[in-house]
Amino acid sequence: MQPTSHAFKAEAERGLFDAALQRALGKARGTFLDRRRQAIARLPEFEALREIARGIKDHTLANLDAYLEIFEANVRTNGGEVHWCANAEEARAVVLSICRRLGARLVTKGKSMIAEEIGLNDFLAAHAITPVETDLGEYIIQLRGEPPSHIIAPAFHLNKEEWAEAFAKHHPGRGARPRTERKELLDEAREVLRERFLAADVGITGANFLIAETGSSVIVTNEGNGDLTQTLPRAHVVLASIEKVVPTLEDVSTILRVLARSATGQDISTYTTFSTGPRRPGDPDGPEEYHVILLDNGRSALVGGEFQDMLRCIRCAACINHCPVYGAVGGHAYGWVYSGPMGAVLTPALIGIERARDLPNASSFCGRCEAVCPMKIPLPRMMRHWREREFERRLTPAASRYGLRAWVFLAKRPALYRLVFGLAARLLARLARGRGRLRSLPLAGGWTLGRDLPAPEGRSFQDLWAARRRAGGG
Amino acid sequence: MAGAREAILNAIRRGLRRGPLDAERRAALERRLVEHPSHLLPAIARHDGAERVRRFVERAEAEFATVARIAGPAAVPGAIAAYLAQRNLPSTAVMAPDQWLERVPWEDEPLLRLRKGRAEADDAVSVTTAFAGIAETGTLMLASGPASPTTLNLLPETHIAVLRESRVVASYEEAWQRLREETGRVGAGLLPRNVMWVTGPSRSADIEQTIELGVHGPRRVHIVLVAEAGEGGDGGGR
Ligand code: SF4
Repeated sequence: MQPTSHAFKAEAERGLFDAALQRALGKARGTFLDRRRQAIARLPEFEALREIARGIKDHTLANLDAYLEIFEANVRTNGGEVHWCANAEEARAVVLSICRRLGARLVTKGKSMIAEEIGLNDFLAAHAITPVETDLGEYIIQLRGEPPSHIIAPAFHLNKEEWAEAFAKHHPGRGARPRTERKELLDEAREVLRERFLAADVGITGANFLIAETGSSVIVTNEGNGDLTQTLPRAHVVLASIEKVVPTLEDVSTILRVLARSATGQDISTYTTFSTGPRRPGDPDGPEEYHVILLDNGRSALVGGEFQDMLRCIRCAACINHCPVYGAVGGHAYGWVYSGPMGAVLTPALIGIERARDLPNASSFCGRCEAVCPMKIPLPRMMRHWREREFERRLTPAASRYGLRAWVFLAKRPALYRLVFGLAARLLARLARGRGRLRSLPLAGGWTLGRDLPAPEGRSFQDLWAARRRAGGG
Repeated sequence: MAGAREAILNAIRRGLRRGPLDAERRAALERRLVEHPSHLLPAIARHDGAERVRRFVERAEAEFATVARIAGPAAVPGAIAAYLAQRNLPSTAVMAPDQWLERVPWEDEPLLRLRKGRAEADDAVSVTTAFAGIAETGTLMLASGPASPTTLNLLPETHIAVLRESRVVASYEEAWQRLREETGRVGAGLLPRNVMWVTGPSRSADIEQTIELGVHGPRRVHIVLVAEAGEGGDGGGR
């Protein structure tokens, strides 16, 4: 998809004044926050598991070249193919060549942010291959011709009336059926998409993880669409970026314990599926070909640098769900595949800061993103790195340069910084008076217009950091 | 792409400020893969004995699966027939070509019509075994192979999984351990083509974040939990 991240400010403003969007955002986010809180309350070891999960990924990233080589060798041993792709163009070309060789006309797709990242649907359509999204959220936005607004809930911004409208328009001949209830909408989608699953020539999925030990790819879904996508067609193509690899089944098991709880607030998603190579001798079903596309697209440049921590991201969206800025402006304002705090860090890294220079400013410094991130990614710190880089590049317009200077002034004076932002966090928590929601935020009218802001959970990052240092753990 | 592989690996190494791993560090990684250390097991993943089975049933039901507990293999046909009749579901099913299932006395339920093989588009009910039940989250572990086609877990609206209690394990790690021990395989050879962890029926919350059951996969997952191992011991049922 073509990034429009440069237009963040204008798009954000539009989101703020879109009443329907505000209603959808308010309702949906509350649900995510509650479910996550409850799921974590059921697992007292959650904090300890976060620390271990982060350690697993750090170990993997420190040996990323070797684990990718081992993964590749094990995929080959099982009869699969690995295609290394430096950029979007190369990845699209590989998908096209597989489709052409198999004479594919219809391609089913599981949800894949990488596919969005490389603009796969438009590309396939331009080459006379029909891509059909099968995750319901992706399907509806494909029908509506718009990008996803959330990495795990692509249709986060839509209400059921908008679903019904799109189905009425795109499912001809089903007009007699009522389309008012969610259940009826789902049944209709099930019927329409079942035909596509059965007819598809190639199935394309993303990967939540790649496992070096066994040469497997892993997808996590609730609908079962990814499984039908990868089981029924002649070929299964996995789109994965290079940082998805983890060493062993035990490693992935630990990370899975924090993933679903952080994402949807489930203890585990309905389907967690480990795919290893094509159909084996004697297997009655499964794809005849198995391909893994290993996409770099700017990630290798993050290794070893100030943004390496971002490569731990498991795309759970907890940071997005807890971000007051996202909650105010919605996902489309971010102008590309990734939104919220993770998008504000990742998008400049992948498309260039000059095309996304406002994103790192989309922060209230409340620190909630880092506090909830299961992989303990220091998102606020990395947004700050981008702002500093941007400052150095002198691309910053005068007004925000002024603001940034003020901020740098504070940042260089840790005591003052702590006072301002630590005090702010405690103040906000007090304003919410235990309700966990704020009706209005002092000095930031725009952000709380029409919606509630989740109150900070506990203390700010700086407070916690100082406490940890005092405790000798720094 | 031929050039991309080296370019990506070199860029990673540049970032890490080193060349390819030296023999010693590479050997340490290989060792970690062979030893595949387990990490912290939370309390919910450490149940034993009857408590483990109880946890499995409780979590599976909490995730909208249904569970019928029966005394032995001989009661399997009756339990399945009763489940289908109670819900007004068809008594025709497609069954995994699995040795353990084949030894069950199906002739006791002449109204059940069973076909063996993979699932096709119009199959309404499937009957399979499961490699394991994972108590931690009430999850079925299904491993593909000639005797367990993957389509049986996906296409029919109703999936009935017959699981022996001896195959209920405490944690994800214990399930992997069983697979490692029972197959004796390692590394690239360890996993069958497809391993599915299934926790309840298919669902979606894509419309207004409200969970609805039965989207693309089965609308109903019914687990027939068999108390005694039956003949053939622990080895079958995969
Ligand atoms: S940055 Fe952290 S919280 Fe945000 S999506 Fe990634 S893993 Fe989840």
